[in-house]
Amino acid sequence: MKDVQRRNFLKTSVGLAAVTIAPGMLLFKVAHGESDDNSKVRWGMLIDTSGCTNGCRECIDACNKENGLSGGLAPTDSQWIRKIEIKDVSTGHEFGLPMMCQHCAEPPCVDVCPTGASFKRHDGIVLVDKHRCIGCRYCMMACPYKARSFVHEPLHNQNPDVPRGKGTVESCTMCVHRVDEGKQPACAEACPNKSILFGNLHDPNSEIAKKIRAVASTQVRADLNLNTGVRYQGI
Amino acid sequence: MSTSFALQHKKNRLYYALLAGAGLVVLLALYAVDLMEEKGHIITGMNNQIVWGMPHVFAIFLIVAASGVLNVASIGSVFGKAIYKARAPLAGLLSIAMLAGGLAVLMLDLGRPERFMLPALDFNVTSVFAWNTILYSGMFGLVIAYLWSMMEKRMNVYSKPLGVAVFAWRFILTTGTGLIFAFLTARQAYGSAILPPMFVVMSFAWGMAVFHIVQMVIYAWNDKELEPEILERKKRLLGIFILGSLYMVVVYHMTNLYFAHRMSFERFILLDGGVYPALFWWGYVLIGNVLPLALIFMPGMKTKKSAMMASLAVVLGGFAFLYVFIIGGQAFPLELFPGYQVSSTFGDGQIGSYTPSIYEILLGFGGLAIAFIITTVSVHVLNFMPHDKSYIAD
Repeated sequence: MKDVQRRNFLKTSVGLAAVTIAPGMLLFKVAHGESDDNSKVRWGMLIDTSGCTNGCRECIDACNKENGLSGGLAPTDSQWIRKIEIKDVSTGHEFGLPMMCQHCAEPPCVDVCPTGASFKRHDGIVLVDKHRCIGCRYCMMACPYKARSFVHEPLHNQNPDVPRGKGTVESCTMCVHRVDEGKQPACAEACPNKSILFGNLHDPNSEIAKKIRAVASTQVRADLNLNTGVRYQGI
Repeated sequence: MSTSFALQHKKNRLYYALLAGAGLVVLLALYAVDLMEEKGHIITGMNNQIVWGMPHVFAIFLIVAASGVLNVASIGSVFGKAIYKARAPLAGLLSIAMLAGGLAVLMLDLGRPERFMLPALDFNVTSVFAWNTILYSGMFGLVIAYLWSMMEKRMNVYSKPLGVAVFAWRFILTTGTGLIFAFLTARQAYGSAILPPMFVVMSFAWGMAVFHIVQMVIYAWNDKELEPEILERKKRLLGIFILGSLYMVVVYHMTNLYFAHRMSFERFILLDGGVYPALFWWGYVLIGNVLPLALIFMPGMKTKKSAMMASLAVVLGGFAFLYVFIIGGQAFPLELFPGYQVSSTFGDGQIGSYTPSIYEILLGFGGLAIAFIITTVSVHVLNFMPHDKSYIAD
């Protein structure tokens, strides 16, 4: 009799545990993309620097608007995307390009983060979990692209799709909230010259994969071997 | 008799006045933290280019010195030198005090200090910061056990193995502190395998200097005279540590100078970077090395005063070095496009500007005050005074 009771108790417990854990596991799966590193999806960008015209700030403005950033330019203000003006000193050749989180396959920020707040989704997008970030800024020290900002002040009127938090670190999310809805990142959509090509690097038939095969593209600081998801054409 | 009673009374009052003073500094630091919590890090001088500032200078000095001060204990328990053995408890106490002060500063500077337990709970195995949480807490535990084994007769048998464990642990701990910077491969100032050993050797000098200062104050407070032979010997050891750490710093800069791509950084930090070269040469080299070495090795400098001055100079030099290393290292712009001239709205290609605010400085001094309070109270209520037998060279 006792054995039957015990068996029933165990059955109920296992059942209850499964019911409790399953939705969490499901959510975890959703949050981390569907597959592993050899996944069918790796979101990336190919930026054609020849179309990045002098004085144009469309991508920056779109990013600020989409993500609820102030657009301030003080050293303490967040800038998820910025335009770098570059000059070859020996030849005098000048050009510009937008710089943001490069969504590395081997992100140094993820390596150094003590809590795992910096993480990479299986679709290649590198994010910061605002609930786990302790604000130590070690990721900012480790990022070779200076892509991260620290929230130095209290925030107001946030965009509910893009939660941010004072005292935590943030950076370009590749507009993950839009991408998950099947849309383009705000910067890619806003570029008047269509110089930011967004797509799935792992799909051989995607426009970005085809173009990357056809033209010479560069990873910034390729010497660091980080396998960036953002590539540049024309530098 | 009455004079000695009056003196004791005066000392007692001074003791409580000092404690109250340090307590006030801690309160001011907490006030600064509270403001940082409310208004954000905007009230500090730190920004998106200089992400680690004055609090980190204080915290890293305290943590590195906390490891180095244990040298005194190690020479006693691992190598069996009697005069060091007599000082091992004091060294252990100073280590705990400075570690507590340093960690308090580090944690209270976090953007979200209330989440300080997260690195232990959501442990990321690839993060050297996460490793350090284990190294720091392990060090606390080990040193407390080590102190217990020395101060409780029945535990004396464990003193030797615990001493060896502490000896090994602190090497790993300071290596971990050096690795925080050594793993930053993209930055010209850091990303070098020499940094962990450099921090280890520096810890010897800084820890020994702090030990000297505290020991001399305790002896003076208790109207005791440190045997000149002991003082002389420890002074010379400090001199050797200073030379050792200077050597490591020279090799660090020499290797950087050899790599063409790091030349511009070296030029900045040693020559034309404004406050940084000034602090490096005047603060670190002159005050932190030349002055104490002269005070230690020049003939005729055998007074207690010279030992005290040399130790204070080493501490000041240590702070100057860390300011240049941590803040100067970040002020130099990251090189995204080597060989090109760059500019942007986010400080690319520009030297980062940083002016420490009073709140950061208060927080840093708060760490020093915590270390001071722990040391002073412990020395007052427990027996940490070194007890020397007549000096015999061993």
